[in-house]
Amino acid sequence: MVQPTPAAAPGQTPGTSDAAQGMNVKARTQTQLVIRRFLRHRGAIAGMALLFFVIALAVTSIGAGPIPGWWDKNHIGTADLVNGGRPTLGLWPGFLGGGGVHLGEHPFGQDNIGRDYFAVVMRGTQVSLVIAVIVGVVATAVGTVIGAVAGYFRGAAEATLMRATDLMITIPTLLFAAMVAVMWGNQNIVTLGLVLGAVTWTQTARLVRGEVLALREKEFVEAARSVGTSAARIIFKHLLPNVIGIIVVSVTLAISSAILLESALSFLGLGVQAPDTSLGKIINEYRTAMMTRPWLFYWPGAFIIATALSINFIGDGLRDAFDPRQNRVRA
Amino acid sequence: MLAFITRRLVTSVLIFFSATFVVYIMAANLGDPLADLRELPPQDREAAIADRTERMNLDKPVVARYFLWLGGVLTGDLGTNRVGQDVNLMLERALGATLQLVLAATVLSIVIGVGIGVISALRQYSALDLGVTFGVFVCFSLPVFWVATLLKQYGAIEFNDWLADPSLAWWVIGLIALFMGAVFSSLLVTDRRTRLMAFGVAAAVTAVLLAVLSATAWFADPGLGPIVIGLTAGAAAVGFATLFSGLEWNPTMKAAAICAALGLVSHFALLPFLDDPTWWFMGLLALLTVAICWAVGYFVGGELYRRSAVPVSILTGLFTAAVIFVDRMLQSFASFSESVRGRPISTIGASTPNYSGSFWDHGLDSFGSLILPTMALLLISLASYTRYSRASMLEVMNQDYVRTARAKGLPERTVILRHAFRNGLIPITTLVAFDIGTVLGGAVIIETVFGWRAMGDLLITGINERDPNPVMAFFLVAGTAIVVFNMIADIVYAYLDPRIRLS
Repeated sequence: MVQPTPAAAPGQTPGTSDAAQGMNVKARTQTQLVIRRFLRHRGAIAGMALLFFVIALAVTSIGAGPIPGWWDKNHIGTADLVNGGRPTLGLWPGFLGGGGVHLGEHPFGQDNIGRDYFAVVMRGTQVSLVIAVIVGVVATAVGTVIGAVAGYFRGAAEATLMRATDLMITIPTLLFAAMVAVMWGNQNIVTLGLVLGAVTWTQTARLVRGEVLALREKEFVEAARSVGTSAARIIFKHLLPNVIGIIVVSVTLAISSAILLESALSFLGLGVQAPDTSLGKIINEYRTAMMTRPWLFYWPGAFIIATALSINFIGDGLRDAFDPRQNRVRA
Repeated sequence: MLAFITRRLVTSVLIFFSATFVVYIMAANLGDPLADLRELPPQDREAAIADRTERMNLDKPVVARYFLWLGGVLTGDLGTNRVGQDVNLMLERALGATLQLVLAATVLSIVIGVGIGVISALRQYSALDLGVTFGVFVCFSLPVFWVATLLKQYGAIEFNDWLADPSLAWWVIGLIALFMGAVFSSLLVTDRRTRLMAFGVAAAVTAVLLAVLSATAWFADPGLGPIVIGLTAGAAAVGFATLFSGLEWNPTMKAAAICAALGLVSHFALLPFLDDPTWWFMGLLALLTVAICWAVGYFVGGELYRRSAVPVSILTGLFTAAVIFVDRMLQSFASFSESVRGRPISTIGASTPNYSGSFWDHGLDSFGSLILPTMALLLISLASYTRYSRASMLEVMNQDYVRTARAKGLPERTVILRHAFRNGLIPITTLVAFDIGTVLGGAVIIETVFGWRAMGDLLITGINERDPNPVMAFFLVAGTAIVVFNMIADIVYAYLDPRIRLS
């Protein structure tokens, strides 16, 4: 749904300026255009809102680090079971004959030993988000640098880097991620994020290399080279700003797939280790409770889906904003 | 072309061997493989540790161990795991189930995903397209283990319970009917009146059908019967013929109709031979079907229509054969369900252990254990095929040659099938290669949820026990699959796209 931006058409005769035709034209920079297109993408805006809600809920409810949150229970302490541990969250407004909108004692219920499940899920969400963001940023940074270097330098550097990328692609991501997670990732969640990021950059590297290969032949790169600009400066100042669209989209997509990867690994028992917890680990712990206490299964799953879905929508919006060609209406 | 293939082959093999080196080094450094033995009482400890050190060559450096392993692999010996079981044997047992799962999911997701993607591209911005796009995003965001657990609960346990008294509640029927109505009406591009009518008709037909099936307890003892077989075969004949040469009574349509009629006749003729056939017999029947239909298409089509009549006849014949196959399978359902104590959809394992029954019972047994894992795996790879084929189709439909094809007056069917669809499929070949790694990873997780002792078990146990040989067995299969698929994709791409082939 790209609106044709009002701009002076090339080849216009000087006499018929836009003002004379009664058109209200405003000059916009590339960034403004991108932001405008992004804000018009309804899915992306809804995704932003949902993601903001999830992050705000996870951070403010149980607090982060030494800062306390507004929720009075934590993910370790236990209490007597209220109502068999069922969720006390009410969303049925009073004027419709329901119990009114309220949180209650344990909005998401309690597990079998009486831990407050809201606090547990919030804790898991925090950890999963932190890991996913680290993975996304690391994977994109590594992939961008490798892709740009491989694309800019021809010859040995390119051959080595691309063969290395091919080698990584040959190893299934799950196998690679599981092995690095077991080797280095069990200590804490930050290292887990770092090592997962170190094995998931291949896609970004290939995309960036493809773009850089085309860009390096452009005149502005040749001009920069002819005045003696260093290779590093050409890559970071002249080439990478031109592939910023791909990089930004890569970050979002890498984050959303990292959420799924981390939760899958933790589900298999190879990711986050106790005493830390994450959404995937919670699901693994309580999956046998599916029959008796289904809410222990649904809440963490809902949070994984909500986070990944909102980030995917944001990524889609960003892609449309940076590259509106994909969305043309068929003529 | 030959030079291209050779070069590609050599690099692939080299990369694969370097990858085995990397994976072996990592798998051998996962941790201490003797950890569990160090807990043993002191009198057994020394001997056990010495024993395992000897078996796993732990006294040699890792690189030496890799070359020992590689030497074994090149002579067809994958070594033993840490307690001395033969990995070849473990792999042999594990491979079949995983291959079935991965192949079924990949083929189905390509066919269904590309189909949905193309239709959704042809109806860009319709309700159907928006719904598909949203569904794709949801599929992209689903954690596969969560879906698999859900499917196990609702698709197996509750479904089996429901089969004991299979009747649908009125609101379920209503919802399905509304859904079918919405799908059918959004497939049409006409005025509002016709679409409303399509909605009404589709919804009403679905509702009546489901109500009848529910009232007669069809789900407990299903079957299709000759009338339904005849109707589906006829519909398939008309559908395929329309797709290839338009909706008119021409030799193509005639050939398809003859094939459908032959299929219906063979349904009765073959009844006595289908009590307990073998796969060989079924394969032979399929070949026979293809041969007969080819002949029908060739001779009925004549000089002018041969090009479309032959494929249409073969497709119609195979489709009718498939319907007959499904009908026969469904007829065995009641007895099969009884023989597994009313739990036809299995929740654990890739087949019921020590089950003995006819061809059809075994078919239903593996179907019952495959269906849910395949559905779970399908959900994750379906999304990318839908998304990519939609994008690629939209791009192709904007090309100048499509406009040219329209401008010279070709019918829309020819424009889409001959000019747009074929070119739109080219980028999908690369996606198949990319996707296979994801599917293998997904299969590992799904097998864990469904308790299969297959490739996933090999990998997870290997990693947990710090035992490189089973992990390497998994990687040999998975890595080979990825390398081979990538290579095939490159070659197919070069074959399909002359710009690459000739440069």
